[in-house]
Amino acid sequence: MWEIKHSRSASFYDRFERKGGNTEITHYCPGCGHGVMQKLIAEAIDDFGIQDRAILVGPVGCSIFMYYYLDVGNISASHGRAPAVATGVKRARPEAVVFCYQGDGDLAAIGGNEILHAANRGESITVFFINNGIYGMTGGQMAPTTPLGQRTTTSPRGRSFEVEGPPMRMCELLATLDGPAYIERVALTNARQNMRARKAVRKALRNQVEGRGFSFVEILSPCPSGWKVPPEEANRWVEKYMVPVFPLQVFRDLDHSDRLPKGIDVSKGGGIPFAADPPVPAAEAPEGGSVARGTIGEEALTLSGFGGQGVLFAGMALAEGAMREGLEVTWIPSYGPEMRGGTAHCHLRLSRQPIASPWISRPTSLIAFNQPSIGKFAHAIQPGGLLLANASMVKEVPDRKDIRIVRIPSYEIASELGSAKSTNMVMLGAYLELTGAVDQESILAAFVEKGTRPGMLESNRRAIEAGRRAAVEAEQA
Amino acid sequence: MADRGDVIIAHHLCKGCRLCIVSCPAKVLEQGTALNQQGYCAALYRGSGCTGCGICFYVCPEPGAITVRVRKLGEGKPAA
Repeated sequence: MWEIKHSRSASFYDRFERKGGNTEITHYCPGCGHGVMQKLIAEAIDDFGIQDRAILVGPVGCSIFMYYYLDVGNISASHGRAPAVATGVKRARPEAVVFCYQGDGDLAAIGGNEILHAANRGESITVFFINNGIYGMTGGQMAPTTPLGQRTTTSPRGRSFEVEGPPMRMCELLATLDGPAYIERVALTNARQNMRARKAVRKALRNQVEGRGFSFVEILSPCPSGWKVPPEEANRWVEKYMVPVFPLQVFRDLDHSDRLPKGIDVSKGGGIPFAADPPVPAAEAPEGGSVARGTIGEEALTLSGFGGQGVLFAGMALAEGAMREGLEVTWIPSYGPEMRGGTAHCHLRLSRQPIASPWISRPTSLIAFNQPSIGKFAHAIQPGGLLLANASMVKEVPDRKDIRIVRIPSYEIASELGSAKSTNMVMLGAYLELTGAVDQESILAAFVEKGTRPGMLESNRRAIEAGRRAAVEAEQA
Repeated sequence: MADRGDVIIAHHLCKGCRLCIVSCPAKVLEQGTALNQQGYCAALYRGSGCTGCGICFYVCPEPGAITVRVRKLGEGKPAA
C-alpha cells in the first residue's frame, strides 16, 4: 500500500568504506551543504541512467571523500586542476559524462587558471562549484569568495577591501567568456532554494548528455562548522550574507552543440575565417640518408650558436627530414628568453632504434655557429666525431686530433647568395655532405609540407647546396 | 482519514542537524532526546500527519537517513 517516493540513491555505494570511519554515514558535519548537493547529483545520475558512464573529477577539500560515496568512475585531481583533468578525460572518452565537483578554495583560488581556460574552451564538461566562502577542511581560512567583513582565521579583523580585496564572483567572471553554454548560481538555504539547486544540477548534467557544451553551476552552501554557527543559522547566514554578494540567477543558457560559441559571427568580421589547408603535393619517397640506410648508427648531434642564427630551426629541419625517412627522432631545444642575441642550442638524436634519452652529453657531431659553442661543447665530441664550425664567427678550434674538424665561412657564403639569413642552411648543407645522415630531399619535402613558399624553398635549396660544395672544398684544402 | 505520506528516519544515520525539522511544512518532525551511537539526538517522526511532500529528504544532507513513502493511488480513502 506504500510506495517509496524518496530514498537513498542507487548511485551511492551500499557502504562508505573508508579508513577509520563509520561506513554507514558520510564524514560531513551536521547540516553541511555537501551532503545535500551529493544527494542531488546522485539522484540525477540515477534518473538519467548514466551511472556506468559518469566520471567524477574530485577536488581537494572536504568533498575529496566524495569518491567514497558516489559509485561512479572517479579521478582525484591535484588541488584546483579538476577542469584540466576533466578536459583530458572527456576528450579521451567523449561518451563519458564528466563532472568536476570543486569548492571555492579549490576552484576560485588555486584553480582559478584552470577553470577560466576550460570554460573559455567551452569544454563539454559539467562543473559544480560549491561556494561556502571559506576553506572548510583546513579550519576556516579566508577564501577568494569570503564576503567583506567576515572574520576568518586569516582575516581575524574581518576581510577588508583595502587589505584582502573584495570577494570574487566566479559566475560573473565566467559569463564574460564566450565558451560556456550554461552558467547559473543557486543556494542551499531552504526547501525552495534546494529544489532550484536540484533543477540546476539536472540541467547541467543533461546538457552534457545532450552535448550542449560547458555547464557551470555555483552553489552557495552552508558551512556550519567553518562559520561556527548551528545548521539552521548557517542556512540563514547564506541568505543574509552571501546571496546579496552573490546574486542567484541564470547567467547564461545557450546550446553550443554545434561547437560554435554564440555571439561571434565570423562572417561579420567577428573573427578570422578558417582557411582551408593547402593541398599537400605527393612527395616522392626519398632514398634516405646514411642513418636510414644503416651505414652509420645513431647520430647524436648538437647544434649551438647565438639566438637568431637559426640554430634551432636548422635542427628542426633535420628532424623533420629524418622523420620522413622513418627514423626515430628527438629534438630538444635550450634557449634563453631573448629572441635575438642570447645563446641557443639543440640536441638531436636520429636513430633506427627507439631512443631512450633525448639528452646528449657526448655528441657524435657538433655544429658550432659561434665561438662560445666551441668552449661549451667541443671537448665533449666523441672520438672519431665531427666538429663543423662556422668559420665566419669561430676563430679558434680546439687542438684535437681524434675528431674531424671542418670550417665553413657560412655567413660569407650565404651573403653571396643574397641572404645572410641562410647561414643556418649553409651549415646544414655542409653537415649533410660530411655525414650523409639524412637525404637533402627529405628535408626539402618537409619544407613543402609545412607550406614553405616556392621562392623560400628555392633559396633554402641553393643555400644547402652551397654548403655542400663548401664542405667538399674545405675537405680538399 | 489516513495520512497520504509516511517518513522513515534511520535513527543511527541522523546527525541531528534539525534541517528537516525546521523545513517540514506539516511540522510533524521533532528532535529526540536520546543520543544515537554517533552522539547525536536524531530527528523523530511524530507518527502521523506526513503529507509525503519530500521536503525533509531534499534538505537532509545524509544520503540514507530519510526515506519518504506515499500511499499508492486509489488507496487511503475511507471505505465507502
